[in-house]
Amino acid sequence: MDTKDKTTKDPISRRDFLKIVGISAATTTATLAAGCSGGSATRGSSAQGEVPTDAMTYRVNPKSGERVSLLGYGCMRWPTLPAPGGDGNVIDQDAVNSLIDYALAHGVNYFDTSPVYVQGWSEKSTGMALKRHPRDKYLIATKLSNFSNFTRENSIAMYRQSFKDLQVDYIDYYLLHSIGNGGIKTFRARYIDNGMIDYLLEERAAGRIRNLGFSFHGTQAVFDEVLAMHEKVHWDFVQIQLNYLDWRHASGNNVPAEYLYGELEKRDIPAIIMEPLLGGRLSKVPDHVAARLKERSPESSVASWAFRFAGSPEKVLTVLSGMTYMEHLQDNLRTYSPLVPLSDDERQFLFDTADLMMQYPTIPCNDCKYCMPCPYGIDIPAILLHYNKCVNEGNVPRDGEDPAYRKARRAFLVGYDRSVPRLRQASHCIGCEQCNPHCPQSIDIPKQLHRIDAFVEKLKQETL
Amino acid sequence: MLRKIRIVVAAIFFVCITLLFLDFTGTLHAWLGWMAKIQFLPALLALHVGIVVGLVLLTLLFGRVYCSVICPLGVMQDVVSWISGRRRKHRNRFRYSRALTWLRYTMLVVFVALMFAGFGTLLAPYSAYGRIVSSLLAPVWQGVNNLLAAVAERLDSYAFYTVDVWVKSLSTLIVAVVTFVVIAFLAWRHGRTWCNTVCPVGTVLGFLSRYSLFRPVIDATKCVDCKRCAHNCKASCIDIANHRIDYSRCVACMDCLEMCHKDAIHYTRRRAATPAPSAAKRAPVANSSRRKFLGVAGLLAWSGLHAQEKKVDGGLAVIVDKKIPQRATPLVPPGAGSLRHFLAHCTACQLCVSVCPNEVLRPSGNLERLMKPEMSYERGYCRPECTKCSEVCPTGAIRLTDLTEKASTQIGHAVWTRENCVVVRDGVQCSNCKRHCPTGAIMMVPLDPGKADSLRIPTVNEELCIGCGACENLCPARPFSALHVEGHERHRLI
Repeated sequence: MDTKDKTTKDPISRRDFLKIVGISAATTTATLAAGCSGGSATRGSSAQGEVPTDAMTYRVNPKSGERVSLLGYGCMRWPTLPAPGGDGNVIDQDAVNSLIDYALAHGVNYFDTSPVYVQGWSEKSTGMALKRHPRDKYLIATKLSNFSNFTRENSIAMYRQSFKDLQVDYIDYYLLHSIGNGGIKTFRARYIDNGMIDYLLEERAAGRIRNLGFSFHGTQAVFDEVLAMHEKVHWDFVQIQLNYLDWRHASGNNVPAEYLYGELEKRDIPAIIMEPLLGGRLSKVPDHVAARLKERSPESSVASWAFRFAGSPEKVLTVLSGMTYMEHLQDNLRTYSPLVPLSDDERQFLFDTADLMMQYPTIPCNDCKYCMPCPYGIDIPAILLHYNKCVNEGNVPRDGEDPAYRKARRAFLVGYDRSVPRLRQASHCIGCEQCNPHCPQSIDIPKQLHRIDAFVEKLKQETL
Repeated sequence: MLRKIRIVVAAIFFVCITLLFLDFTGTLHAWLGWMAKIQFLPALLALHVGIVVGLVLLTLLFGRVYCSVICPLGVMQDVVSWISGRRRKHRNRFRYSRALTWLRYTMLVVFVALMFAGFGTLLAPYSAYGRIVSSLLAPVWQGVNNLLAAVAERLDSYAFYTVDVWVKSLSTLIVAVVTFVVIAFLAWRHGRTWCNTVCPVGTVLGFLSRYSLFRPVIDATKCVDCKRCAHNCKASCIDIANHRIDYSRCVACMDCLEMCHKDAIHYTRRRAATPAPSAAKRAPVANSSRRKFLGVAGLLAWSGLHAQEKKVDGGLAVIVDKKIPQRATPLVPPGAGSLRHFLAHCTACQLCVSVCPNEVLRPSGNLERLMKPEMSYERGYCRPECTKCSEVCPTGAIRLTDLTEKASTQIGHAVWTRENCVVVRDGVQCSNCKRHCPTGAIMMVPLDPGKADSLRIPTVNEELCIGCGACENLCPARPFSALHVEGHERHRLI
């Protein structure tokens, strides 16, 4: 469910042409540089070599005995088109097809989607791409995302629609989506009081759902209560947020991953990992944190540390990553083909890194876009990501006396207008708080937006 | 030599003044702002006695150097005329013509009358040039800037930032196009006809330059009547038959000095004054039309349609463009003093419109205030840290001493419209106007005073409101904001 690119832009502001020019220029330069180096001791190709097709690490589902690739494909961040296609689909289907073909060819067999992802188009696009391959070559996970209407009729309609959109007659992994958001009351309203849990258990018995589980964001009380249902429901798996930051430093209402994983391990329930990279926050890290990781292993990507951390625990069935770009897919494939589990020393090294990162006042936004669309047009994730980027790059000056104040001010303000169109900036947030219940990271969004807006005002008026 | 000096100095003035209108960052004004302030008509309107006296003295000493060097519209005509003269068979295209003095003075009277009627700016040379640059050249300049900004973004550089290119007023655009076409046509065919027939500044300075101390003089003893000078005089003012020059039309360009291969023309002290009448052409009348704003393309959002009800993730809500509300009294910037003072001093040169970084100022389409700037807040608001318009104004129509003065000058006050407010309309809590009000003029009061947890609506304390438009611009209601600012005829300090 992650991407390493946190600067995903609104399609209107994209400058695809220049991007292509830029990329081709960069490629040319790289080729020339490689051509010149020539000596026998140097390598012309990438240091990592080819991406292996037969070395993926697999974990075994104890119930069905099937092999699940350690790298799972999160279908929440598919590449989008600058303008929607004829049928209204916003997803770049050609790009999805080639990403999925490549992933399957290199051993990935788990695909995780939901009816609400990518403005509601993810299931359809994922289904179209997978339909081109034999059904026994991949496992499909989707969710009951009945956030806005809890009725049984609406929930069943949503469940049935998933089969149509994915073009399948059984679903390998079916999840109650984002339990914990809104507390135990909402959980009961969404699944217990309307009888949906019994309905889904019947569906599992009938074989249309092969594994039933839930994905979790929220407080410990809800987690404990839902896990206590294990005796009766028998959860086949549970999807949790786990990474080296959340292991101990979970933000907002979230529960430390150490506890979540520990509880699952006790009950022998396989864990599926989401947010291993925190929407890119663990790949776009502050400069000196990146330097620290690179010093330890110069040829590994920053992201690979996060994936090794998430994949190392034995009860982890698969680690989801929302890979928008082929390069991210390739990097993650390398990390898990095969997985080199973390040593105790390396684990401690990452925990120390997490402590270091906690000193940076970033906002724990993972760019999941659950808060969107804001009815008043604000581009919430773009604003928060721009702020985080500036925090990491040292462009959030403390006061006007800061030696880098002028440079930081310009970078913050010019970058702000580039990342977010003026009409979608924080100054237009009215504080209606309609976004807050949707945030899985329990960020008080209007509060943060107003704080950023006040900071921008100070920069503009030079009263910092 | 004199000609070369004239060309170099004129080029410097011309380029710098043009840049003043193009530079949207406002950095050049600190260095070059004086070039706008020494323009004749703006200085006269600003009652800058020193500058006006200086220009009068300059003309009395050296003739109409002002027209050849300082006036950007004059230099623009020279450029056009020079290009025209580069064509084959057009090298010696000018002929002496008799001055039509009566027409010049009639035009001057007409101009003064127009000034009182509020239309004088149509003919004022510096303002006409300003409109041509800000309407026709600035969009190109900004386009190139935006291209560079796009490149800079790819390179992760913050050297350039993107600016909006928009049509601020259709009528002003049309006036600028017509002015440019007419003047360029006249310059292409007849050199300085505009300056010596229509231009009021040219007429006034021409009257003075008849008595100038230094002037080009023909030495009849050396002259062989070849007419090379007359054929290359863009002012058509050299009468070889009588070996005389009409100094009211001569712009002291010094071209004739270099043309003469017998060394028969010298720039020297006067010996005898022989004024002559001048020829003329009809002045073009610029037309106007109702204001029409082209809205920027609306931003779109998309959402998938499915059988079941669901809130999907991502996407952007549509943002409707704001529309300009009806304002009983037009809004003019703080520092204008009053609407009357502002309209009496402004020459509609568009310099403030060019530099306004918040897209607040735009030329008016109203006939009484044609092309003079007015404010509106649907694209931005008058931000507290900015005094750009006052810094650049050459006529003193906008004059602020500092930011504190601006922060306490009331130019209007906000008015709340119940039907538009999202608190009433959508039933959501909103206090964006209050949050952004720089003077604390907005208070939130219960919508339903009987209920303890009632939603709150904004109210405006008219005594504290300065009319900056933060509330109007940032109001979520679209296309018409729930708060809009009404202008005041006379500004006051609060």
